[in-house]
Amino acid sequence: MSELSHEPLLKEFPDARWDEAFGAVIVPEGRARVMAEWLLKQGVDYCSNVTGVDYLEAEVKEKITNDAGEEETVTRTEPGRIDVVYHLYSMRDQTGPLVLKQRTGRENSQAESLTPVWRSCELQEREVFDLFGVDFKGHPDQRRILMWDEYEDHPMRKDYTEPFDYEWEPTPHDEILEKHKKGKVIF
Amino acid sequence: MVERSVELEMTIQNTSPGMDLDDMSSAELERAGVIVTRADFLYNWARGNSVWPLTFGLACCAIEMIAAATSRFDMSRFGSEVFRPTPRQADLMIVSGTVTKKMAPQVVRIYNQMPEPKWIIAMGACAISGGPFKHGYNVLKGIDRYLPVDVYLPGCPPRPEAVLQSLNYLQEKIKKQDIKTDPAFIKGRRQYPVPEFTGKDLEPPYNPDLWSPPENPNGEPNEPPKKTAA
Amino acid sequence: MVAPNYELIEQDGLETSLLEVSMGPHHPSTHGVFRMDVKLDGETVVDLKPVFGYLHRNHEKLAENMSYLANMPFTDRLDYFNSMTNNWAYALAAEELVEIEVPERAEYLRVIMAELTRLVNHVSLVGFFVNDLGALGTPLMYAFREREKILDLFEEASGARMMCNYFRFGGLRCDVPAGWLDRAREVVDQFPKFLDEYEKLLCENEIILSRTQGVGTLSRELAINAGITGPMLRASGVAYDLRKVDAYGIYDRFQFRVPYGEVGDCYDRFMVRMLEMRESVQILKQALDGIPEGEIMGKAPRVFKPKPAEVYGRVEGPKGELGFYLIADGTPKPYRYRVRPPSLINLTVLRDMCLGQKIADAVVILGSIDIVLGEVDR
Repeated sequence: MSELSHEPLLKEFPDARWDEAFGAVIVPEGRARVMAEWLLKQGVDYCSNVTGVDYLEAEVKEKITNDAGEEETVTRTEPGRIDVVYHLYSMRDQTGPLVLKQRTGRENSQAESLTPVWRSCELQEREVFDLFGVDFKGHPDQRRILMWDEYEDHPMRKDYTEPFDYEWEPTPHDEILEKHKKGKVIF
Repeated sequence: MVERSVELEMTIQNTSPGMDLDDMSSAELERAGVIVTRADFLYNWARGNSVWPLTFGLACCAIEMIAAATSRFDMSRFGSEVFRPTPRQADLMIVSGTVTKKMAPQVVRIYNQMPEPKWIIAMGACAISGGPFKHGYNVLKGIDRYLPVDVYLPGCPPRPEAVLQSLNYLQEKIKKQDIKTDPAFIKGRRQYPVPEFTGKDLEPPYNPDLWSPPENPNGEPNEPPKKTAA
Repeated sequence: MVAPNYELIEQDGLETSLLEVSMGPHHPSTHGVFRMDVKLDGETVVDLKPVFGYLHRNHEKLAENMSYLANMPFTDRLDYFNSMTNNWAYALAAEELVEIEVPERAEYLRVIMAELTRLVNHVSLVGFFVNDLGALGTPLMYAFREREKILDLFEEASGARMMCNYFRFGGLRCDVPAGWLDRAREVVDQFPKFLDEYEKLLCENEIILSRTQGVGTLSRELAINAGITGPMLRASGVAYDLRKVDAYGIYDRFQFRVPYGEVGDCYDRFMVRMLEMRESVQILKQALDGIPEGEIMGKAPRVFKPKPAEVYGRVEGPKGELGFYLIADGTPKPYRYRVRPPSLINLTVLRDMCLGQKIADAVVILGSIDIVLGEVDR
């Protein structure tokens, strides 16, 4: 299957960024709907997969060249973010995939809904709302889909703690019990 | 829940199993076409050999339950002729598949609607204790937290022959029941409180009359374990 | 006196009201714990809201705590009819992360297992579909008879009837035992005779024709826009089959046709599945003829620890496009593991197809979409 190139998209919308490491187009704030409508006109008519990814605040070590011209490793804090990833294909030309990512923060997460453009995003964006807590502007029917309506948490986030259900690890025996007594295995 | 007690006056000569007549006279009577037995035996024989299950398939084990009812394995030769879709006409609830917390109130409600006599077979690892999905925020770790289970059937999924064997075990259990201690006559139809949804979990998380949390093997009190750096 | 939340309608001087029925999670049709809240005006469906989540077993969160290979048995339990295809989709995605080459014999066996799974799925679906229409039990027994023959083959090869857990990254777990290929050949050779018998009994049947033709029509444009895949898309007139478009594995070596329909109603979906079973038999015959001897497992790394990358691998499952989106971050456990469920996305258009139909047709339409709740809720 031939590749769907991202070059025309970047030429039409110069403020979008191309992430080389993961092969995705990073969509700037507020431009997602416009880009999606332009893509639909170009024949990208099938949105296959919509999902969310949660990144906690992390320390990233990078090698940069400082002012003196030497290479040094600096540590900077990358703020936490939630990505909403879209995989797009074209059924008419049988090409694909093209990956779009919308970025938003972890508090007050908001993104633009692409349901008016591709109907297949409807249930999947509801799932991202339910499990990650991202509010989609313009979604026709945003409510919880997999958990019950009175639920308060967003379970797929990395810092979610489950309710305590009295399930311990099975009782150790033989070698594991020996190791546990020596303090080498902790339950 | 209103407790009704029914007073039974039964005169039974002795409770030892077996006939009251010796073999010679019972054989003569049989030749004449008369069978002498106890009411218990007849009652249990009729109840055990005509157990009608409820179509209660939740997940993958449901397919093996359906396969046990198809022509290769054929559950109807053991008396389970039809699967009734409504709980008001069923005797047996085979809980096959993972019971999630979202589904748990409906399971308890359906059990409450079944008339006595009623039994439960917990089929598959998920219905016994949560199964492979034990570390789940939405998985109820075993249906015996809310309902009394009669037969546990392990497997993931258990083979249709295992389903038939569990039905046989249930029939043996029914045949050993005593009519005087049958809960249906003493207390009426058993009903259990239906759990409700709250913001984090079901309320109550388990039914204290039926299930209590096991002892922590590390000897510590029943508290959430502190997360160590993994 | 009408209950407070009923809507009263004036019609010809009579007061009627809309009836709200919850075709609740426990219902006689065999599709699993799926709930539809329908609003009825007499017998016509006026509104329909599906409710999911009754089997949400948080497969994706579990997978983040386990290594890549430990997730393989859990993929069996996603779409519990077709465990082999789920395994293949996951193995395809993971093999793209690490670039392993799969040997020839393993590729042929993968195709054989996948097509046998397609036969199992379609035959079970046809049985359940006719069961929903009202033919209680008997066609289902015939369909399950064929399914048992194929499940015996799976049990010999992998050890389990349903949850096979047979695929590994780089090949298969073990080779098929001696004589398996001959037994598979026997099953495949007598399958067209069963299909002929089934077609003669069902496809010209007046009741099925009148109850499924014109019911639940799905237009071509809506199908593409709503992301429908699989036999449901092909019944609406789009010839998009991943086995031809992506040509994953060695599907480009086999000759087969892709059946597609014109109208997109329930009858077309039913017939597309019957025709697909015949094409699967063709693929199976070619694969069983051409399978070489050789190894089963390629050179896989000892510890599966891919470098940071993202991959989206997809296969043509019997229900639609099953995709796995994996994000690796250099540790032995995946950072994000996502399943693209074909059944959930095919349910997007349930409301559109059911509006204006009778309540009995709503059950038939749901049956023709072919959902399985393990996949919808994961």
